[in-house]
Amino acid sequence: MKTSGIIAAVAALAMSATAAFAEFKPAVVFDMGGKFDKSFNEGVFNGVEKFKAETGVEYAEFEVTNPSQREQALRNFARRGHDPILAIGFAQAEALSKVAAEYPDTRFAIIDMFVDLPNVQSIEFKEHEGSFLVGMLAGLASQTGKVGFVGGMDIPLIRKFACGYVQGVKAANAEAEVFQNMTGTTPAAWNDPVRGGELAKSQFDSGADVIYAAAGGTGLGVLQTAADEGKLSIGVDSNQNHLHPGSVLTSMLKRVDVAAYETFKSGMDDTWKPGSQILGLAEDGVGWALDDNNSSLITDDMKAAVEKAQADIIAGTISVHNYMSDNSCPD
Amino acid sequence: MSTASDQLPRWITLGVIPFLNLLAAFVVSGLVVLLIGEDPIEAVGILIWGAFGFGEGVGYTLYYTTNFVFTGLAFAVAFHCGLFNIGAEGQAYLGGLGAALVCLHLDFLPLPLIALLAIAAAALFGAGWAFVPGYLQAKRGSHIVITTIMFNFIASALMVYLLVNVMAPPGKMAPETRTFDESARLPFMHAALEWIGIDIPQSPLNLTFFLALLCCLLVWLLIWRTRLGYEIRTVGISPSAAAYAGISTARLTVIAMAISGALAGFLAVNEIMGVQHRLLLDFTAGYGFVGIAVALMGRSHPVGIFFAALLFGALYQGGAELSFEKPKITREMVVVIQGLVILFAGALEHMFRPQITALYHRLAPSPKPSEA
Repeated sequence: MKTSGIIAAVAALAMSATAAFAEFKPAVVFDMGGKFDKSFNEGVFNGVEKFKAETGVEYAEFEVTNPSQREQALRNFARRGHDPILAIGFAQAEALSKVAAEYPDTRFAIIDMFVDLPNVQSIEFKEHEGSFLVGMLAGLASQTGKVGFVGGMDIPLIRKFACGYVQGVKAANAEAEVFQNMTGTTPAAWNDPVRGGELAKSQFDSGADVIYAAAGGTGLGVLQTAADEGKLSIGVDSNQNHLHPGSVLTSMLKRVDVAAYETFKSGMDDTWKPGSQILGLAEDGVGWALDDNNSSLITDDMKAAVEKAQADIIAGTISVHNYMSDNSCPD
Repeated sequence: MSTASDQLPRWITLGVIPFLNLLAAFVVSGLVVLLIGEDPIEAVGILIWGAFGFGEGVGYTLYYTTNFVFTGLAFAVAFHCGLFNIGAEGQAYLGGLGAALVCLHLDFLPLPLIALLAIAAAALFGAGWAFVPGYLQAKRGSHIVITTIMFNFIASALMVYLLVNVMAPPGKMAPETRTFDESARLPFMHAALEWIGIDIPQSPLNLTFFLALLCCLLVWLLIWRTRLGYEIRTVGISPSAAAYAGISTARLTVIAMAISGALAGFLAVNEIMGVQHRLLLDFTAGYGFVGIAVALMGRSHPVGIFFAALLFGALYQGGAELSFEKPKITREMVVVIQGLVILFAGALEHMFRPQITALYHRLAPSPKPSEA
């Protein structure tokens, strides 16, 4: 008896989807990390929450728990008339290209991957550029000439962070030594602050005095250890300067929240455009954080040097090698 | 095997008791749903509708069922030999490597041949991964629970290494192999049925489902109709009696583990060759662990395992549908409901047994002549 009611409800839902086309119903599909991963997915969550708070428009969301749910979730939203549909993370690219082809009239967007379809907006970031700048800051701030990098899961994307960082460090101090550690080889590596702290400790013990954590939730352990040891750390994705004022040198910003917000906003204003967007320094998609919490750590010389590098990168006079263009990093 | 079950007819042990356990699980889940402010009856309605109410839902349910049948059977075969193989996850992961190698490098062959080779490779790699813990248990006494779970971690690390450093095409963002050619993909059920003129909605359900059914039959034949199965069960019930009867416990430990690993490896046929069409990280997604619950709930019998797998398939698919319909019921809530089913059906399976037994004997006095 209850099921018939539900079927009716679903039928009504399907009808309203076709009838009330004007209704704006955005949807977001988070990936396996979940929307509270303290990192990437959560950045998106903050972006879409901001959208909701500003416009009052409810959005639908789904957190996938296994690989085959990606396609199911995207298709489910498309069938129910949601638009635009935002897919989070490169892992959803395969599923998205399938579903987007099936629903050519629905607008899709994906973050961190390029999908070549007329109804898909692909948003990628030049993490190597942002990492280059924080690498320079690390190289300039280091007293010992040794700095560290703690990555999350060992995947090409994180090596891209590491590679940009190393280039930045060397640009500031050609003699500098960079220790690199990846936290792990499974997705658990994104959320292992204890291990992050241990890796940071061992890098500090080897003489490093600045460590860049590109490791999601694991990075919180790195930042904590740096604060405990009286050393410096660099946060990632969102501005983490406030976590340990005076110890977090800066944060490499990757504005997924802005990207998510913009996707929904442009979808609502009808200014949404398909195609590729690669957000680097020039587009304010990546950057470094300077606020009250770290202004005492950044000297005017450091600031000037980094701002010059930033201008040079935007102008094209400095080119930062992208690890993922050829899966290798120059020494 | 147990004396308790002799006092009750089979329809009670296999029908009434599992049903009561399930009911208890749903009642407690209902309370949890009530607690977060949703209507439990409606939630159950959506769950059942999501799993069986429409074509695509049924397809997803049966696709999950396929996975659980493999891991459930894998656990059951080892369990019959007294071995607690909790390494199906890793064995399936390695099975994926075997299947993917065939699909990537032998895709010039015709599909039926690739399919056979991929199935064989998945079985071989899965069996190989289970063989080592089996051997260590048999010859060195290393406990199988410890070694198999550690092998899960090793499998995970190995696969990440291979996918990141060796198998991923350069420049590809995700650590996964290239997509297989059309000729190296198992047909989806909707595609296969279209050839013979039947139209069903799209879903990941593919021909591997039939392999799962076949495996149910083969495991039943193996365990209850062959000499090897008899030996396996003997070792499982009493290793000392088996040794007294001249059965080599060590040999059977290794064999049972290898068979178990091969069955777990078939999960990869469904996932890699049937659905994802590429080797990717963590495609096993916990199916190996749920397989333990499936086997325990199904009393390690293929028929029971099939229905337990169907139940868990329905919970997975219905649960996903539930979190679509009800934003308040998050995926964590769905895991809670699944966990309660595992708790009541697997861990507390004998909770109601004394009462049921007492009730049964009061209502139906034993007609045994020994009473007279």
